[in-house]
Amino acid sequence: MKRKDFIQLSAMGLGALVLPNLPAFGTPVDPSRFLNDGIDVKLKKQLADVALNTARSKGATYADVRIGRYLNQFVVTREARVQNIANAESFGVGIRVIANGCWGFAATNTVTKEAIAKAAERAVAVAKANSRVTTTPVQLAPQKGYGEVSWKTPIVQSAFTIPVKDKVDLLLNVNSIAMKGGANFVNSAILAINEQKYFASTDGSYIDQDIHRLFPTFTVTKIDRASGKFETRKSLSSPVGMGYEYLTPTADNKVGGIVTRYKDRYDMLEDVKNATADVDQKLKAKSVEPGKYDLVLDPSHLWLTIHESVAHPTELDRVLGYEANYAGTSFLTLDKWKSRNFQFGSKLVNVVADKLQPGSLGAVGYDDEGVQCGQWDLIKDGVLVNYQAIRDQAHIIGLDHSQGCCYAQSWADVQFQRMPNVSLQPGKEKLSVDDMIKNVEKGIYIIGDGSFSIDQQRYNFQFGGQTFYEIKDGKIAGMLKDVAYQANTQEFWNSCTAIADKSDYRLGGAFNDGKGQPGQSNAVSHGSSTTRFNGVNVINTARKI
Amino acid sequence: MAIFKKEAAKALLQKVLAHSKADECEVSLRGEEGGNIRYARNAISTAGDIDNTILSVTSYFGKRSGTATINEFDDAALERVVHRAEELARLAPENPEYMPLRGPVDFKASKTYVPATAAITPDTRADAVAQSIQAAKEAQLEAAGFIENTTSFSAILNSKGLFAYETDTNVVFTITTRNSAGTGSGFAARGFNDVSRLDTLAATRIAAAKANSSAGAKAIEPGKYTVILEPVAATYMLENMFRGLDARNADEGRSFMSKPGGGNRIGEQLMDDKVTIYSDPFHPDLPADTWNREGFPLEKTTWIDKGVVKNLAYSQYWAKNKGVQPVPMPSNIIMEGGTATLEELIKSTEKGILVSRLWYIRLVDAQTLLLTGLTRDGTFYIENGEIKYPIKNLRFNESPVIMLNNVEALGKTERSLSIESYRSFLIPPMKIRDFTFTSLSDAI
Repeated sequence: MKRKDFIQLSAMGLGALVLPNLPAFGTPVDPSRFLNDGIDVKLKKQLADVALNTARSKGATYADVRIGRYLNQFVVTREARVQNIANAESFGVGIRVIANGCWGFAATNTVTKEAIAKAAERAVAVAKANSRVTTTPVQLAPQKGYGEVSWKTPIVQSAFTIPVKDKVDLLLNVNSIAMKGGANFVNSAILAINEQKYFASTDGSYIDQDIHRLFPTFTVTKIDRASGKFETRKSLSSPVGMGYEYLTPTADNKVGGIVTRYKDRYDMLEDVKNATADVDQKLKAKSVEPGKYDLVLDPSHLWLTIHESVAHPTELDRVLGYEANYAGTSFLTLDKWKSRNFQFGSKLVNVVADKLQPGSLGAVGYDDEGVQCGQWDLIKDGVLVNYQAIRDQAHIIGLDHSQGCCYAQSWADVQFQRMPNVSLQPGKEKLSVDDMIKNVEKGIYIIGDGSFSIDQQRYNFQFGGQTFYEIKDGKIAGMLKDVAYQANTQEFWNSCTAIADKSDYRLGGAFNDGKGQPGQSNAVSHGSSTTRFNGVNVINTARKI
Repeated sequence: MAIFKKEAAKALLQKVLAHSKADECEVSLRGEEGGNIRYARNAISTAGDIDNTILSVTSYFGKRSGTATINEFDDAALERVVHRAEELARLAPENPEYMPLRGPVDFKASKTYVPATAAITPDTRADAVAQSIQAAKEAQLEAAGFIENTTSFSAILNSKGLFAYETDTNVVFTITTRNSAGTGSGFAARGFNDVSRLDTLAATRIAAAKANSSAGAKAIEPGKYTVILEPVAATYMLENMFRGLDARNADEGRSFMSKPGGGNRIGEQLMDDKVTIYSDPFHPDLPADTWNREGFPLEKTTWIDKGVVKNLAYSQYWAKNKGVQPVPMPSNIIMEGGTATLEELIKSTEKGILVSRLWYIRLVDAQTLLLTGLTRDGTFYIENGEIKYPIKNLRFNESPVIMLNNVEALGKTERSLSIESYRSFLIPPMKIRDFTFTSLSDAI
């Protein structure tokens, strides 16, 4: 909250485990509070009606209200000790209205009828103040009311019911394996999130949702003291829209090969052992010769490239200029979409937007403006066919309904267009990763996500990774280091020549997709199978200071 | 209710502390109020306001501690929050890095609070935005911008008698103007404690001039170039380095400040001798907090002196571990400059690139602090001391440490805003040789 804390917090992150910059840390609480269900849904409806009725009586033509209870638990360790156990709860109400054709928003953490009525009044006052500067009134896509409905992430076991001690024991066990394997440092953490969201609007919806997310992660560091060089390897886990069951490994959720990777269940103890061995290899690895390579990208890596180069440029708010002052605009302008022949990628490239996929971070029943979620094509056989829209944008791309992409990181933040899960569809033909590599003469096989950067219109990007393997004449020829690849988005996706079949399909993702001013975080997953891209420019990132 | 005056904060904290039965207890109170407007396509898109006060209690039993927080302030609530912190402390594992709380210190007051900024209303913000939109329309451009003001305070009191209070005000403004063809874009960023220094009309006119002069950019070959970084570009690049001024990471061997063979680089000539970087919370142009959360006063501290690493920050624990005095992390950063204006830096350049702003900077290699990112919102080719034409944006791969070894000249230091953290710094425009651009971007 206080900017004075910024330097201290960032310094902790540098070189150590970088935790996502999560919003709504809320109020530290006793973990036993996580087991209480929060306020009753009948009471929520009464409170919501106070907001809607007050807003209408003050002149709002539309209003929605979100009563949110956000629970976060972070267990953070390094080597043999616990660094931090944070249990936080954030509870409050955000009210959004349209008055005089303009949006207004206000929020309060005092959840009483009086405070909610006051916040609704304030939201209308903000809308009216701002309408002096606004010329085009807000145009909302029609939305039917659903009445009283509910949705819950299909979890087996809530992470909040697992004692903190069990999480600490697991993490200290992870750390001990790394240290026994010769690591100099190891940082590990389990982050659990529960969003209890109640949405109501003047359209007649009263939607109660219970959303769960989990992220176990670690970073192993080894230092060659003589040379002063150090290398790290992060976990190959993914943040997921699941309960604690994600941490119960099963054989059928493991993907064999050069290193074990994971589908819907994660083996943290096995992965840390592999990571510790990988860091040894990284210290000894050959520095890459810059040049053109065929890249074979594992889903644990490719999700981030999809996120930056496909999911962001298809956000309609960027295309229209609403993000021009911060995250940027998009090269996927409306004329390219209208032409129906803009070749975003090769014919193999099919990308789907989706808010339903089980286990994904983006899965919800309804978005934060009360629209039931679904699935649609963004890129079909390589051609740009659609965007991601919310209610006040739908008319601009000729839709008579929203695509359900509205999200706010907490009750205290105003909802706006955020990306759904955006995933590359697996290859239709049967193709294994081994068969893909067999046909590569000069290439690099990349596993895990690393450094990332892309321009404000999403043309030019650069990505690193966790581990890089040289491919020579169809065979893995050892590990490389200092690898980053740079490309133009359209050229890169048009160089896509092979996609492994659905047996290799996995999700990656992040809790902290950032956009907006003030900044908000969105949790989102991106699925793919291992994919090959031909002739991509690779640079060497080694420097001396 | 959000902003407590010093005496009211102290009285409340004393009342809370009276409930404590722990070995040691620290109570803190902080609050923030303010609001924001976001606009795009020459119209307001979203607006909001903030109002929040939080009381936090940390109780200690030996090396065990627990923290509880509350935002209600009646007597029963105050007693409850202390009890909850004590319950959590009893359940917590021992912290091997526990350090005892510090006793009373006479902290000097900060100069970060300006009443005019605290008095900003939703209408003041709407007027500031209206002026910005007007300036963009006059230049036949589309404006997208953001204005946010905050007033905040922070107070701590502990069972050893240490009390500290500070309050500050801030206003930040960023503006992007683009032409309708999408061929030109300009930007300006401002951050002040004192709103009377903020002129959204003038800032928007600067962004508009950049947008109009950046249209029709030509491509040049990527490679090593002499660059002139305007302060907002240099600030974003260097902020990534300032975050790493920490002794522990360096001593542990995983920072650009680590010395091969062990230890850190204090005493080493790491940069060009034109480079001097310090912090000073009493600097009149960049007032900052005068104490930190460990209860140490913040004084003027030199981090880099004529290119030599002078200090790294030591937490109380790490200082004890290493047998040195604690050095608090800085609350602001000032880089000394020269006397040249930006125009004079351009005039003295035979061939080079003027960079208005950098974008999406991310760490590539922690060992060398290699960063990648791109130019944005106005990049220009300089030849024979003149701006010749706008050029397409470029991706760079460069380390700020290497960059500060290649300093040709520094201009006059000015107040500048980081576009990532919205913190203000005092940073000069700088001319750097051999800055490494690795590819071209089509982005505008």
